[in-house]
Amino acid sequence: MLTLLKRDLTLAFRTGSSLTLGIAFFLILLVIIPLSLEPSKKILITIAPGIFWVGVLLACLLSLDRIFQLDIEDGTLEVLSISPLPIEGTILAKTLAHWLTTCLPLILLVPIVSILYGITKEGAIWIIISLLSGSPALSMIGAFAASLTLGLKRGGLLLSLLVLPLYIPTLIFGTEVIRKSMMGLPVTTPLVFLIAITASSIAILPILTGVAIKINLR
Amino acid sequence: MSFWKYTNPNKFMAISGTLLPGFSILTVVLISIGLIWGFFFTPDDFRMGSTVKIIYLHVPSALIAINTWFVMLIGSLIWLVRRHHVSVLISKSAAPIGLIMTIVALVTGAIWGQPMWGTFWAWDPRLTSFLILFFFYLGYIALWQSVVNHDKIADLASLLCLVGSVFAILSRYAVNFWNQGLHQGASLSLDKAENVSNVFWFPLIISIAGFLCLFVTLLLIKTRTEIRLKQLSKVLTIKKLG
Repeated sequence: MLTLLKRDLTLAFRTGSSLTLGIAFFLILLVIIPLSLEPSKKILITIAPGIFWVGVLLACLLSLDRIFQLDIEDGTLEVLSISPLPIEGTILAKTLAHWLTTCLPLILLVPIVSILYGITKEGAIWIIISLLSGSPALSMIGAFAASLTLGLKRGGLLLSLLVLPLYIPTLIFGTEVIRKSMMGLPVTTPLVFLIAITASSIAILPILTGVAIKINLR
Repeated sequence: MSFWKYTNPNKFMAISGTLLPGFSILTVVLISIGLIWGFFFTPDDFRMGSTVKIIYLHVPSALIAINTWFVMLIGSLIWLVRRHHVSVLISKSAAPIGLIMTIVALVTGAIWGQPMWGTFWAWDPRLTSFLILFFFYLGYIALWQSVVNHDKIADLASLLCLVGSVFAILSRYAVNFWNQGLHQGASLSLDKAENVSNVFWFPLIISIAGFLCLFVTLLLIKTRTEIRLKQLSKVLTIKKLG
């Protein structure tokens, strides 16, 4: 599993394009939105939680089809599915690699970008907490949806359509954590829900993703 | 003899063939009674005026829209566990009906909302959940359209239906948590005090029954078409091979 993770990470870093594409997209989105609004701090702070989450979500969406696509084209996935490592392990490693190369860099950028939005230090910390506890679910749900559209040549649009409704609960609870914390309200409820979504998707979705991949390879 | 004998496509075709005319007639009769009674022979509401009458389209379509997903869920589960082709074809045929009913509910709601709430759309939990439901139907149908291999896509779509159900329920609660509602409570519930008054209630029940029959009729027609399509494609492949 570790070897697989290392291989995927190396591939991502050496190719580079998928890594930088997500980061560039995120930065462009976050810089362009204040420019399209009137530059008052009040507006920026009210929309900031949503913008950060939407940025991560869309950047994630951008790279979803890459989780399995290259590997199914050159047959690696078929080899992996008959290897001694259970298919769930393969999926977890691949999803983790996706999260490390797509979501984590964006989360690391949050402290810098939050200055542009006039967010306080505590606010930035809550944004990071919310993204850290919610974004693994984005990768996992995305991997599941990607496994459904595996056999298609141009499954991009279908993938987005499938993923969109599945992402909604995560998005709502994620932004709710930030909003509540900024208003000084207790954040326990949305945070618990957010972590529950992440934990249960990591527990259950690899199995279902494995089933979907097996169906596709049949 | 068990319930499962009806999953034989030929049995299903025979039974649905005899049921279909009855249901079609029932649909026409019930919907015309419900709507005509509702539209022309009920008084205007003292607050809402004549706009109240859109309830005879809105409530039944919304009810069907939600429950169609349950039909699909049950069909998908039976397919995954027992691999009866009819059940997955029922799920497949139910999805477009659910989509249309969702659109009808959203549109009639918007038409009613403009004079009453002063807006076509509000980000109210019920409205938002319906929009999300709309996207679930769209995704499910799009997945069915995508691949030629029937059994493969039947498995994948059933899987999506299972996961989608969990996330749909989750979205419902998330949306409730996110925003307070503008929409009124249930129009029909066992709690009498919440209900609409009797004058509106009877035509509404008839119209709901009519929509239910409409759903069954459409579902039977669509499923029969799907079964015939499948049989036809089998015949064609055999011809090609032979």
